[in-house]
Amino acid sequence: MHTFELITPASVTEAVKAQAGSPTAQQGAPVRFIAGGTNLVDFMKLNVETPRQLVDINRLGLDRVEALPGGGVKIGALARNTDVAQHELIKARYPVLSEAILSGATVQLRNLATTGGNLLQKTRCVYYRDTAFACNKRNPGSGCPAIEGHNRMLAVLGTSEHCIATNPSDQNVALTALEATVHVTGAKGERAIPIAEFYVLPGATPERETVLAPGDLITHVTIPALPDGAKSVYLKLRDRASYEFALASAAIVTQVSGGRISFARVAMGGVGTVPWRSHEAEKALLGKAATRENFRAAAEAALHGAKPQTQNGFKVELAKRCVTHALTLATKQA
Amino acid sequence: MQDQAQKAVTESRIIGVSTPRIDGPLKTTGTAMYTSDHNFPGLVYAWPVIATIASGTITSMDTARAAAMPGVLAVYTHENIGPLYRTPPTQGFSMIIDERRPPLEDNVVSYYGQYVGVAVASSVEQARAAAEAVKVTYDKRSHNVEEKLIGTPIAEPGIKKGTARGDVTSAFKNAAVKHDAVYSTPNETHNPIELHASVAVFKDGRYTLYETSQAVVNHRDVMAAMLGVPPENVQVITRFLGSGFGGKLWPWPHAMLAAATARNINRPVKLVVSRSMMFQSVGHRPAIDQQIQLGAEPSGKLVALGHHYVNHTAMEAEYDEGCGEATGFLYSCPNLAVTSGLVRRNVGVPTAMRGPGAVPGLYALESAMDELAVKLKMDPVQLRLLNEPDKDESNGLPFSSRHLKECLTVGAEKFGWAKRTPAVGSMKNEDGATLGWGVASCAWGAMRIDTEMSVELLQDGTARVTCATQDIGGGTYTAIAQMVAHETGLPVAKVNVILGDSALPPGPISGGSWTTASVTPAALDAAHHAVQTLLVSAATFPNSPFKGKKPAELEMVDGTVRAKGSATPQLTMAEVLKGANVKGITGTGKSQGTFGAKEEYSFHSYGAQFVEVTWQPEIARLRVSRVVTVIDGGRMLNPRAARNQIEGAVVMGVGMGMLEGVEYDRASGAPINASLADYIVAVNADCPHIDVTFLDYPDYKLNALGARGVGEIGLAGVAPAITNAVYHATGIRVRRLPVRIEDLMGAPMHLA
Repeated sequence: MHTFELITPASVTEAVKAQAGSPTAQQGAPVRFIAGGTNLVDFMKLNVETPRQLVDINRLGLDRVEALPGGGVKIGALARNTDVAQHELIKARYPVLSEAILSGATVQLRNLATTGGNLLQKTRCVYYRDTAFACNKRNPGSGCPAIEGHNRMLAVLGTSEHCIATNPSDQNVALTALEATVHVTGAKGERAIPIAEFYVLPGATPERETVLAPGDLITHVTIPALPDGAKSVYLKLRDRASYEFALASAAIVTQVSGGRISFARVAMGGVGTVPWRSHEAEKALLGKAATRENFRAAAEAALHGAKPQTQNGFKVELAKRCVTHALTLATKQA
Repeated sequence: MQDQAQKAVTESRIIGVSTPRIDGPLKTTGTAMYTSDHNFPGLVYAWPVIATIASGTITSMDTARAAAMPGVLAVYTHENIGPLYRTPPTQGFSMIIDERRPPLEDNVVSYYGQYVGVAVASSVEQARAAAEAVKVTYDKRSHNVEEKLIGTPIAEPGIKKGTARGDVTSAFKNAAVKHDAVYSTPNETHNPIELHASVAVFKDGRYTLYETSQAVVNHRDVMAAMLGVPPENVQVITRFLGSGFGGKLWPWPHAMLAAATARNINRPVKLVVSRSMMFQSVGHRPAIDQQIQLGAEPSGKLVALGHHYVNHTAMEAEYDEGCGEATGFLYSCPNLAVTSGLVRRNVGVPTAMRGPGAVPGLYALESAMDELAVKLKMDPVQLRLLNEPDKDESNGLPFSSRHLKECLTVGAEKFGWAKRTPAVGSMKNEDGATLGWGVASCAWGAMRIDTEMSVELLQDGTARVTCATQDIGGGTYTAIAQMVAHETGLPVAKVNVILGDSALPPGPISGGSWTTASVTPAALDAAHHAVQTLLVSAATFPNSPFKGKKPAELEMVDGTVRAKGSATPQLTMAEVLKGANVKGITGTGKSQGTFGAKEEYSFHSYGAQFVEVTWQPEIARLRVSRVVTVIDGGRMLNPRAARNQIEGAVVMGVGMGMLEGVEYDRASGAPINASLADYIVAVNADCPHIDVTFLDYPDYKLNALGARGVGEIGLAGVAPAITNAVYHATGIRVRRLPVRIEDLMGAPMHLA
């Protein structure tokens, strides 16, 4: 770990100002916001991130979970994962989010990790984490050893010839299915970014993971109200029973009216380079009867175009079973 | 010296009684001093520079930038580390080391992660930054980390013959029912939570080395040889170990780096290896391919057993896993042969890992037995019962104490095996998930190692026990205290046990599950001698109420001295010592090792593992839900600690069966999943319900206590019982561990 300067701004404005001069807010940023630190500090120890200045945002408040008029919820960027997952509003309105958060990491990590930090969680790709290796995400243009190497955990959707790293978050899969909005205060004022537009595919620039610009501070996330009677569920499949990243996961929001699916949101984790929303699956479900055959057809649609790597071909079928079963669970009592 | 130890100890208020660990409170309160907890004035930190190629030579090392970094005191390479010698050949339990090449011996690199330099600095962060700033230029050669072993070139001297009898080739050829398959296990790492560490203090030509060691005496001998100093100039201390699983039995190169840098800069040096280095340069269980050939009569009687294994080893090491450990005696079979071979790979040096040889060997043999049972249409428990031998057929010796059949029948009863329906996928739980039930036998060798022990009875009413063995977490401190408490009548709380220091009376390695069988007779013997001397003192000191009595007419009961057959007068141990104005009375004890001696019996522990897996094909989820383990491990001196050992071993078996395996990156040769997030082990949520039963038959032929010791036996047999259960649930026979989701995706969905 390299030495760094720690500053503690008293306001969002000061925090924004502290990072605004940084040449990038993405990989390798010399100035970084730090909240829970459960991800960033690991990477600093590994010299994967070497910021010279850390901007400690833990004193800015931004940690409330509040009901919004109209049935939505606002979650502060500094609300800890545990507090969000256990919050009555979240448990009552968005079980998918509570379940997703509780399926990740450990109690100790969730007690520290924040909503905003989790939005920016980095991949578990082993090559990204080890500076002895080439990695286009960490060191643009150096190459991707994962494509021919250890890629069992990596992505089958949204990959490019430059990067196949998986987005590892559980929370963000649920937020994607919930069509959350990420609220940012930046050098030019406040912005509201739909989560579908927040992440960018790796393409030729895998070092760039989000649309965040220097100075952009995530202040909160809002989630709209779900349709009446909608059910939501998160299902995570992995090698061991706990404390393990997803091989495939599914976040589902559905509403069934008169035996037919009247509302469907399908997002997947563990298989995409970004939290993966499947409009194809949703389209396949809409208006159809809630049967296992129709769920399987939606799952097939969700994985259409998946590109298996040398070790992770099984993820395609696993993700299909995951989506199918999650839809079964979500529609069980609907 | 073994007068006491030769009489069977049958009655005791403390031996055989569940006793909480005497070191428990120190550990749970954080006051136990582990190796890396030791600090000294002027202490500095070392961090190794590691090779980032797997084969080649170093052409240059640029240390200038690193040496100029803040806090850096020195940077060493093969050009300036100073003298480090190779150890002389191993003799008995001395001079054992698996990586015989001293670190930085020359410019040759033969595995990824090999130490090629070391930086020393005032803080650990500075040392690490400097080590990472050293620029190494290599002349790279092609490396080989190929996973496939059988069918690739065997290292000199070629295939080695192990135990053999009869004519296995023709017996197999002519057998009515045959099974022939290859079973593969990956490189597994020990990775205890406590990282390997060395704190080296060099003063006036003497080294005091705080090490993470399962064998302080051997560690001292090896370090003295490698540093080129007399053994009396080296003291090795390991008070507590955050577990080792065999990975800390023999010294590894970081220990020499710590000692050499302490010598070179004349300051105490601390070197704690990183978690990724734990996958590179501190040993591992090697990858192994094993071919098993079983031939049987239609009745199930075995007629042929061929066991041919090949394990990987490093470029400069001859590590043989010994997979045939249990093959020669587990079942009755007239025609049997074990052969072995090594293949060289550019990997770190392998070493013994919990249950070396037998654990992977039994995975292959017990998987094959299950496959044979399927071919015979016979219950797998019955097949094993049918092939019970009446003596050790590998050497003709009688068994000292063997109850494998009872392990199987008691286990079957506890597990509910009679309700098993053999058809694949035919059993369900109340939630509709498919159940698979599997069984495997297990065995592990028993022996004693030479031990000396000293017991001092003190005026303050306590006893002080010393021995240069160590407690690696299994309960050795407590077992020794129990012996002294038994012999003196003192409460366990009044017995202070000092271990883990090579300056103490020489004790055994903590390995092979042999420690308990070795140290407890010596502790009894030492305590007995101390008590005898105390009785002499009691009979002779001025104003003794026993004046005129012969020492032989006195006895020590519940910590007090009295005349035999008379309750009064009595004196406490402290009163005797105060009366005699003696600070303390010492007794020494010994127990003889069986290692290398001609045996009259075949000494082994036995067990049976019954496993239930739960399979949900709709989400490809497999979990181990229930394990029944029955162990025939001699007498359990401390059932509580023994149960803890077996439960932990079963959990480790779940890891072996379902999760663990190092993968090598083809392009670089690096162990690529070198972290505990990427090399996954079982967590609490993976722990099945575990039901442990000890048959508790004392093995008085091994020692007066009838104790054999447990630990490794609990891991043996778990993995094959899992894969056998997986077959029963899914119809898929996984012959390459660990069983992974992708192995099972092809299982039929209709079994749901």
